[in-house]
Amino acid sequence: MSLVAPAPSAAVEPAKPLVEVKGLGRVFDVSKPWLNRVTEGLPRRLLTAAADVTFSIGRRETFALVGESGSGKSTVAKMVVGLIAPTTGEVIIDGVSMSARRQESERRRLRRRIQMIFQDPYASLNPRWRALDIIAEPLRAFGIAQSTTQIAQRVGELLRLVGLDPADGTKYPHEFSGGQRQRIAIARALACNPEFIVCDEPTSALDVSVQAQILNLMRDLQDRFGLTYLFISHNLAVVRHMANRIGVMYLGRLVEVAPAREMFARPKHPYTRMLLDAVPDLDLTGRKRKPVEGEVPNPIDPPPGCPFHPRCPSAFERCRVEVPLPIAAGVATVRCHAVEEGRI
Amino acid sequence: MTPVLSVQNLRVEFPTRRGVLTAIDDISFDIAPGEVLGVVGESGAGKSITGTAIIGLIEPPGHIAGGQVLLRGSRIDNLPPDEMRRIRGKRIGMVFQDPLTSLNPLYRIGDQLTETITTHTNLSGSQARQKALSLLTEVGIPAPEQRIDNYPHQFSGGMRQRVVLALALAAEPELVIADEPTTALDVSVQAQIIALLKRLCAQHGAAVMLITHDMGVIAETADRVAVMYAGRIAEIGPVRDVIKQPLHPYTKGLMGSIPSLTHDSDRLVQIPGSMPRLTAIPSGCPFHPRCPRAFTPCPTFRPELAPEQNSQVACWLYTPFPVAAAAE
Repeated sequence: MSLVAPAPSAAVEPAKPLVEVKGLGRVFDVSKPWLNRVTEGLPRRLLTAAADVTFSIGRRETFALVGESGSGKSTVAKMVVGLIAPTTGEVIIDGVSMSARRQESERRRLRRRIQMIFQDPYASLNPRWRALDIIAEPLRAFGIAQSTTQIAQRVGELLRLVGLDPADGTKYPHEFSGGQRQRIAIARALACNPEFIVCDEPTSALDVSVQAQILNLMRDLQDRFGLTYLFISHNLAVVRHMANRIGVMYLGRLVEVAPAREMFARPKHPYTRMLLDAVPDLDLTGRKRKPVEGEVPNPIDPPPGCPFHPRCPSAFERCRVEVPLPIAAGVATVRCHAVEEGRI
Repeated sequence: MTPVLSVQNLRVEFPTRRGVLTAIDDISFDIAPGEVLGVVGESGAGKSITGTAIIGLIEPPGHIAGGQVLLRGSRIDNLPPDEMRRIRGKRIGMVFQDPLTSLNPLYRIGDQLTETITTHTNLSGSQARQKALSLLTEVGIPAPEQRIDNYPHQFSGGMRQRVVLALALAAEPELVIADEPTTALDVSVQAQIIALLKRLCAQHGAAVMLITHDMGVIAETADRVAVMYAGRIAEIGPVRDVIKQPLHPYTKGLMGSIPSLTHDSDRLVQIPGSMPRLTAIPSGCPFHPRCPRAFTPCPTFRPELAPEQNSQVACWLYTPFPVAAAAE
């Protein structure tokens, strides 16, 4: 099996996105056990981790989700790959729904083409397995390579591809540094020639110089194999470097979606503006960082109306009662009454 | 003017079964009154060990093997443990990365604050509580009269770090050592805490040693910055010079590897390899195996910090290479 996957030809169907996320939502039940609820007279407690999230990702595109902790980024990522089932809405990848029951067999074939890279390379690799077994697992699981020599050859190729020595394959995860472990995680994700990779904070646990190595590697691999990325991060500078389009999440809602350059040049939503203002300035332009008041509210008990209104400088009466719907503002899509009414 | 803190040729060693590991190798720096010194470096550079060495909390068998630490001109590295305990909290305040681990979960935050205040000052219990209330107000905790009797778990991460700041400043210390104070926080809260740290230390006239891996935080907060690599200081100088015109090849690589919010770049600068482990620190300049500009002296001779422009840098590119030493 050749390492160079037949790149999905973007020219054939330029209009059809690879990934479509439609009205995705997830509610977690965080109530106490039934008996406690009955004896203590407590109501059910529901946590809305994501609500009405809609976006699409074109082939060979990098779409990024940014937001603070608790904004629902990782929940959306897990729903996209099918690790958790959505409460509402659906994810359609290359025409196959990730939740419709009747498409089970198509979905099984689709799984090979979707992979995920996790944040913590210390937790996502089995400490009792050698690197080569970790990378070979998807090959065996999907029956891509059967014979031992085939597998060994392919693992060697993959290790070289991510900048490791094939001889390192016999080592255990603890013998590698954080950056090297993340390279192993990438090699494992690439093992079965996927088209779509979901990366959940892939460099947050790494030092900046190692982060640069991993980001460069991910870009090279994207160019070489025509990969599509869903890139989750809280680091705006990393997102700007990697993404074509960006979605900003706040309390489970996608508040703004825009092309990367546009978002950094002309942020629309007050929350996006706030996030950009809060980033430390490395260029020493003398730009004053504006510390925002308040913190992200508890998602179990979110504010009514627009979830951002308690911290928003341009909030008014309508924001407190009515949840804003997505509207087009130039090339961006924004959920904000103030933007809709042209007040900011 | 006497510096608040003066670290001179500090050396920290950890004896192990396989030999002695040198975590800090001959570092020297001063912090002037009211100054914020940033200490940056990647994991394993020795930033946190430097901080713990200054406050005398290195875990045995690690110990200070050479050099001295002076607080306002008097040595503190050789004090007996109980005298050192009186200095910690009183003259040196500390803020650590994870606010949940630096607060006792079983005590109300008011009790923790008043305990610190009564230990280090001669205020009575009710006066200490008043002082605790005013500290909580100062660090921006809303409704302090109600929150003072809450437990740490009832606060959010950002609020907890405010409480820790209040604790560190409770006894009006001359020096605050902040070890990654904002790393566990979200970016919007991080901005609040940094602004608060800066304002409070300026008001109280405290000098700050700010240890972080985040260049952005340094750029905003510090007056001077020391860049550490493999237990040594590679470069130290005014923050603007170090960030805008870094001299040491490691600092250059480090600055280039940070993605920018304003410039487009296809590829980030990449330093090959990774930070050496303590068991295998290269000879000569510890950075030479990864350095794009390494030449003859680097693998053999260790460069010392020497003045260059407004900074000091430990690199043979800037120091005349001793030809006599090479001939030996």
